[in-house]
Parts: sequence; structure tokens; C-alpha cells
Amino acid sequence: MSGLEDLYREIILDHYRNPRNRGTLESPPAIRQEGFNPLCGDEVIVYLEKTDEGNNEPKLVVRIDGRGCSISQSSASLMAQSVNGSTVPEVRKLIKDFKSLMSIHETNLGGEPEDEASLDPVDTDKMGELAALQGVVKFPVRIKCATLSWNTLLQAMEELEI
Amino acid sequence: MSSSASPRILNVDKIRKDFPILETSKNGKRLVYLDSAASSQRPDSVLEAMDDYYHTTHANVHRGVYSIAENATALYEKARVKAGKLINAPKPSKEIVFTKNATEAINLVAKTWGLVNLGESDVILTTKMEHHANLVPWLMLKEQTGCRISYLEIDSNGELILDDIESKFDGVKLLAITMASNVLGTIPPVKYLTEMAHKNGALVLADAAQFVPHRQCDVSDLDVDFLAFTGHKVMGPTGIGVLYGKEELLDAMPPFLGGGEMILDVTLEGFKTNEIPWKFEAGTPPIAEAVGLGAGIDYLTAIGYGAIGEHERGLLDYCSNSLKTTFGEKITLYGPKETTKRTGLISFSFETVHPHDVAQILDDHNICVRAGHHCAKPLMYRLGLSATTRVSFSIYNDTHDIDALIIGLVQVVEMLG
Repeated sequence: MSGLEDLYREIILDHYRNPRNRGTLESPPAIRQEGFNPLCGDEVIVYLEKTDEGNNEPKLVVRIDGRGCSISQSSASLMAQSVNGSTVPEVRKLIKDFKSLMSIHETNLGGEPEDEASLDPVDTDKMGELAALQGVVKFPVRIKCATLSWNTLLQAMEELEI
Repeated sequence: MSSSASPRILNVDKIRKDFPILETSKNGKRLVYLDSAASSQRPDSVLEAMDDYYHTTHANVHRGVYSIAENATALYEKARVKAGKLINAPKPSKEIVFTKNATEAINLVAKTWGLVNLGESDVILTTKMEHHANLVPWLMLKEQTGCRISYLEIDSNGELILDDIESKFDGVKLLAITMASNVLGTIPPVKYLTEMAHKNGALVLADAAQFVPHRQCDVSDLDVDFLAFTGHKVMGPTGIGVLYGKEELLDAMPPFLGGGEMILDVTLEGFKTNEIPWKFEAGTPPIAEAVGLGAGIDYLTAIGYGAIGEHERGLLDYCSNSLKTTFGEKITLYGPKETTKRTGLISFSFETVHPHDVAQILDDHNICVRAGHHCAKPLMYRLGLSATTRVSFSIYNDTHDIDALIIGLVQVVEMLG
């Protein structure tokens, strides 16, 4: 099967068929950010807002809309599941870990890693269900599908000025 | 599936032997190439012609007085005439301009004829099923000149809606239209629309990139003013495209890129442009590519458009029947229902599986198909889709390829459906 099962793991198919945190948030106040993969037409729309926790760190609320392949949509669902209710520093760490997981092959393809730290090995045991996306790196073309929602999230965070 | 449905017009087994790439395999599975609409494969004769040119003849064209330079020039100009004769250009040695690809050919017209002739009150009429190559150059021109762009609508079969067509030509200076949709396979009535355009004082540019590989293209009969196609879809190499333009139009147009070859004289104050077609061919042209294109055209014409068309229609019928029989309501096929109204490709979608996943799993079977928006996003929006899967046929495909496709698609639906 040359890695097909590794790509289409049960967790991924489950998130594709039953996406979590799917929907919209009223915008404004939420940020609505669109992401496109021009190669294949995948589209992810990220809705993002932060809660008011008084003196404590605000938490992020995220909803996902859009359509696309199983990898882009399951990755968006897995991302939303991990991001929802997390603080900004927690989310930044998550994004960094996820990008490291994906950048292994981007580097091999001649792409530049975003920074030196992104090449740090990732402890996939601590990534929970997100680690299921690890199989994507064997299919370099699909890395862009997996990272689409994450890059869109980063843009939404910039818009939210966090 | 019965092999009695197999088209017998072409000896595909013999043809396949001319295409070395089709002999390759991956994990014990032979290559099934169903993406010729993106780029065809090329026969040995094309590769040999280019090799032979580099081994024996190469020198820059239109410059040297020595033998190999003269020979190179002769080969290059011979290829031009072959390209012209392929589409029945009245004056092939003058009316055929070599470009990088079909995209560059269309851009050439937009950036020379378009910039000079279009202004704010003018309209470019096109369709909702154009490839980006025949849309973005006009959108760029719109930004530069303030001209307007209007679109002919398509119906649910992917055919142009021609009701009240006369009124669509109000203010139109150019009709820019595909001769065969790269997504739907639709062959619009370009001859009829050209008559209509000329009656209303508009010129016509035909994007024949998806037509020339499949059907006899006759610019004299169509009477189009410009026509573009690309080498790598007609068995030739990448890096060469063809623009046909009527002599008087090409003569009147300003040059495209500046440099060597396109001039008759240069002083410190200015320059005098060369004659057509060299006026539009600044710098060293794709010489070996022209030679390869010539060999590709020879290969194609030896088989003949009659046989090619019949072969492809057989595969179209066989493929669409197989898809419908196997997947029933799970699958949607796009484009005109009658095979005579289309070229040899089928776009389809499954309700529950994204095309990107379809192509990924088929790749595991060593089957090459195209998944995505096919550089036709406005058409995708019109169809309410973000992507389709497309299979496209050429002379080296047979019903075994389609049987392999069906087996692969059954697994796709099992895994993700």
C-alpha cells in the first residue's frame, strides 16, 4: 500500500467525516480568515476570538468552515480541537510543534525552515490525536493540505493582534 | 467489463511502444497515464529529432553564415511551416509566431494588439469556461485600459447559452474563446460565433490548446483572427507554443518583447522592427523545441485526426458508461452528454470523496489523473464546485487503462466513500 494507510489513518478519516468545531462565529467581534490552496482548490475558513478571563490569560475560541480534501479538513478539525480553550502561548507552542512535524520534508524539498527551532524533534506522544497527521510527510504534495488551516489560524491570530 | 467495447480504430499496442514512459512501472504496476489534457507524453521520434538536432546541427538561427547555422535556421523555419499547415494557416511562414506556450501566445496579443486597440468604451467578450490563460491576460488588460469584460453563460450540460447572442456583441472589440474546454471537453461553435463577431466588427482569438491535440483545426475555414496552442499537448516538447495571426493584423501590431532578432536596425535613438513573424520573436528562440514540435506534428498527422477523434469517442463512451454502471448515483459526470460535442476528457466528482484524495489513491495504482480546479476557477464557481477529478485520453490509451481506473476508483470509494 506504500504508506496509504499511514496517510488515511482512522483518526484522520473520523475527523474528515465528523469534523469538530465546525461552524461560524459572529464576525465581528470574531476574526474571519480565509485560506486557499491554489494547487487543488482546498478552502478553509477560520473564525477566531478570545475570551475575557479577567486577570488571567484569555482563551481562544475557534470555528472552522470551508471545504476540501480529507487531509485539509481533518487537519482543520484536529487543529480546532486542540486550539479551542487553549491560551495564546499554548497555541503558539502547538503551532510550532505541528510545523516541526511537517517541516521535516519541506526542508528536504529545498524549502527553508522558518527558523532553526522548527527543526527541533517533536515529541509526538505529547501531541495526542494531532500526531495522526505524521503520515502526511511521506506525501510531500499533501503537506500544503495539512498546513493550510494552521497558516490560516496564524493569519487570524495576527488580525486579532495576539 | 467486456473488451468487445474496445475501440479498434488504432493499434494502441503498437503506438504504446513508441512512448518509452508508458513502458515504466511502479511497485509492479504499469503506468496508466490519463492526464494528456495537462500534457501529452511524447514518442521516441520527437526525442530523437531533438537529440539529432543537438548532435549534428545546433547553432543559433538567422545569424551565422556557416552550414550548420543555415541548417538550424532551415529546420526552425520548416517547423514553423509544419505548425502552420497543421492548422491550415494560409501563409504559414508569416502567420505563425513561436512563443513559450499557449499562455504566452495569448498574452502577446493582449499586450500588443490589446493595448493599442482597446479603451474604456470597449468590451472583450469571453465565456465562463475559459482556462485562466484565456482570462487573466484580459483581466490584466482591463486594469491597464479600463475596458470591460463580459461573459457568455453556460448551461447545466456545460454548453454555451446562445440565446439572444447578437445582443451580447454590443461594444465588443474582441471575442476570446476556447475551442475546447479543458474541464468539460465542450467544443463551442467557434465558426458560428466568429461570423457573428465579424458581423459586429469584433475580432476573434481562439484558445485551441485543448482542441489541436484532438480535432482538425482549420483557421482558414473558421476565419478566426488569432489562435493559440501549445507544443507539449501535441506530442512535442515543453517550452514552445504557437500563435497564429492574420498577416495584416500581425503587421500592424507593435512588437512584444525587445531584443535581438526582432529588429531590422537599431541606433542610439531608436529601432526599426523586423518583419513578421520574427518581429515577435526577440532573442534566441526555442530551436530544438521547434524541431521536436515538428516531429510531434508529423507523428500526429501520420495517425490522422479522423482516427484520433474516433478512437477518443470510443474511449469516452466506454469510460462514461463504466463510471455510471459502477458508481451509479454516487458519481456526477460533467460536460455535454453527446460525445460528438466534446473532446476526449471526463471530469467527475463523488459526493463524499474529494478529488485530491481520489488522485492520491489512484497514484498508489500508478494511475495519473488530474485533481483540482484545472486553472478554471470561474467555471468551478459556476458549477458550485471547488475541484473535480479529470481523466483525459490520447492515442496511447485503451480500454485496459479505463478498466484499471475503475478498479482504482472502487478502492477509493471503499476507503473514503
